[in-house]
Amino acid sequence: MLLGKISLIGGKTELETLIKVFSDITEPIEVEKDIKILPGANTIITTIDKIASWGRRCSLWPLTFGLACCAIEMMATGASHYDLDRFGIIFRASPRHSDVMIVAGTVTKKMAPVLVNLYHQMPEPRYVIAMGSCACSGGIFNTYSTVQGVDEILPVDVYIPGCPPRPEALIEGIIKLQEKIKNKSNLRIKDKDGSFRNSEDNKK
Amino acid sequence: MDPLEIVKIIKNNFPQEVLWYRCFRDECDITVRKEKIKEILAYLKNNPSLDFDYLIDLTAVDYLGFREPRFDVVYHLMSIKHKHRIRVKAQVKQKECYISSVADLWRTAEWFERECFDMFGIEFVGHPDLRRILMPEDWNGYPLRKDYPVQSDLKEKEWETYRQLKEAAKIWREDEN
Repeated sequence: MLLGKISLIGGKTELETLIKVFSDITEPIEVEKDIKILPGANTIITTIDKIASWGRRCSLWPLTFGLACCAIEMMATGASHYDLDRFGIIFRASPRHSDVMIVAGTVTKKMAPVLVNLYHQMPEPRYVIAMGSCACSGGIFNTYSTVQGVDEILPVDVYIPGCPPRPEALIEGIIKLQEKIKNKSNLRIKDKDGSFRNSEDNKK
Repeated sequence: MDPLEIVKIIKNNFPQEVLWYRCFRDECDITVRKEKIKEILAYLKNNPSLDFDYLIDLTAVDYLGFREPRFDVVYHLMSIKHKHRIRVKAQVKQKECYISSVADLWRTAEWFERECFDMFGIEFVGHPDLRRILMPEDWNGYPLRKDYPVQSDLKEKEWETYRQLKEAAKIWREDEN
């Protein structure tokens, strides 16, 4: 079948012709907003924002923060069947290595200072995923000891509903976060006077 | 031994202390005054024919609005040798919210009593290390008392550390808006 599809044009295969045609193109072709390719020179032209956010969203290292039954589902997502490794997601045991904190489970008021402490130990840019009903809103536990949603104490980027959410839901949430990182610039530029500003402010 | 027989033994040995007893489905509980609770429990443990060597659980019940004395401290006892059980309840008043510790009879009572103190505010006299065990050490109030707030929002009773965290969160929330 495959051999049948490769017809001869001027003594060359289609593929070779295609390469020949593309190699002749020296004008940049815009394949996506702000991303251009130069096939002839085997080069991609883009902004440093795009490169940085591409690197960030394709290697999101979560901080292992399992608090309740949601953690079991998070572990299942990390294991071989759902395999988060294929998204470049590797669970880290240290906040110093992490980019995203997946708050999986019920946050108690006693745990809240620990949670905030770990969040501040993570290097910027940092993200928070609230996984499950309890982390989103306190869930069924409207009691003296339970935090009514982790967004009372931390800025949450993605909320994943469910009790507990299935691995597919967690993966969907992570993809949503990747989209968010892709669309929002987080690159900081150092000015001559030493102060930092967001690269998006430059455009305004 | 039949639970009713155990109740009768307690009644004969401590006639002044026993208030009442109840039997239901081959289980008995016996309610006593709190003053000599340690002597009663020591007797149950050390008498070879009873031999209650295992304290299964120690907890409390709040009868606010039902009766005074307000609290019952409940001891679930079992003998591993004789395979019999008994439940002993001691009444504690709100104004005299203390009872003697049995931590030296059963080591396991040490943590049970800490939990009971944490949740109900009942003081165990003679306990080696009476601190909160579940709640943070600077927590206000005793959560399992019936007059404690049920909802998450404790208003002015809120734990100070958590209140500060919520205050700190207001800063970035204003930035977002």
